Amino acid sequence: MTNERMDALWLDAHHEISFTQLAESSGASADELRELVEHGALTPTDPRSTEWTFTGNCVVTVRTARRLRSDFDLDPHALALALAFVSRIGALEAELRELRAQLPRRLL
Amino acid sequence: MKYKDYYKTLGLERNADADAIKKAYRKLARKYHPDVSKDPAGEEKFKDVAEAYETLKNADKRAAYDQLGSHQSGQDFRPPPDWEKRYADNGFAFDDADLADLFAGLAGGRQRGGQAGGGQRFDVPIPGQDFEVSAQISLEDAYRGTLLDLNLSIPEYDENGRLRRVPREFKARIPKGATDGQRLRLPGKGGKGFNGGRDGDLYLDIALNPHPLYRVSGHDLYLDLPLAPWEAALGTRVEVPTLGGNVRLKIPPGTVAGQKLRLTGRGLPKPRAEGAGDFFAIVQIAVPATLSEREQALFKELADVSTFDPRGHFKQEAKNDK
Repeated sequence: MTNERMDALWLDAHHEISFTQLAESSGASADELRELVEHGALTPTDPRSTEWTFTGNCVVTVRTARRLRSDFDLDPHALALALAFVSRIGALEAELRELRAQLPRRLL
Repeated sequence: MKYKDYYKTLGLERNADADAIKKAYRKLARKYHPDVSKDPAGEEKFKDVAEAYETLKNADKRAAYDQLGSHQSGQDFRPPPDWEKRYADNGFAFDDADLADLFAGLAGGRQRGGQAGGGQRFDVPIPGQDFEVSAQISLEDAYRGTLLDLNLSIPEYDENGRLRRVPREFKARIPKGATDGQRLRLPGKGGKGFNGGRDGDLYLDIALNPHPLYRVSGHDLYLDLPLAPWEAALGTRVEVPTLGGNVRLKIPPGTVAGQKLRLTGRGLPKPRAEGAGDFFAIVQIAVPATLSEREQALFKELADVSTFDPRGHFKQEAKNDK
């Protein structure tokens, strides 16, 4: 067994990353990122700024976008729609988890 | 090398045309894609489907695959004798590659600095592949943070552009406060970059194992707290187990079933020392499954004496309807 240890880094809304870091972390090209922003699938922290920054969880959004586009051969508009649905399902699942957690176990 | 029947995976005849291959893939992708399907086995099934499509959609790869003949899935086979010689320079490694790596090598060997058939070289940096794995941890590990042993087998290109599966073993420190659905990144722990390209990243998708006592919502914890009818009516103090140790909780008189008693900051810690979620004890009124004669007599006496009508509002509603 190796003794190599390394810290896992948070990917969430509290962590801010630059446009270049987002491209590197997600494996997306600059054009792909601009296209996602243009179609409303990805929102910079301040869209009016000349230098876009993003929250850490955008890495997950962009990785999902790349996966959906390549696996389903989606055009940018269909991709933005699919991502909106994926995000909405995620929010509904979180709400469902919260409500289920409040139910007594024997009712589950 | 083990044979995989890509046609069977996609539910196709061997003479299927390109359109039929695409349609079969799309249908199965919609069914099993991990972003779409809730089937726990969906991800593995989708990998098989994607691997089959990756080869069959490309005319060159499909022709090469067809040359392997038809075998049973999982059956050991040797590629035709002239194959190794023909494709060796394109980055194929027959001994320890699986079929997917072999066909990835057919495209990869031509792009990744290998000598392509015409002798043309491509020395552009190729970034290593990113990988995503699910990491199951216990609630106690999420509460304290943990060291997770990772044993992975990652396809990588060696210095000759040959694709091989490389075992990777290391420990990842999971900070306290990671909860269900949290994603964490291990930079540079994915596939190795080629020709100076950056190493890929490894993403951990955290999933919490179910706990026998607690239910989790974000960073909040929920516990069922059964109370005897007299404890709920009269009020009491009870010991409640939390992840940080037992806590004495005051139950006020007249506590009803379903009431949530909150212990602020006793849930899971939040990232970056931003406090912690809350702990909720949800009251249940429990009655003894069997009663002794004395208990039965006391309950009867209570029933005779009490004027409490738990369904009084039914009658009130009925009156209002008249």
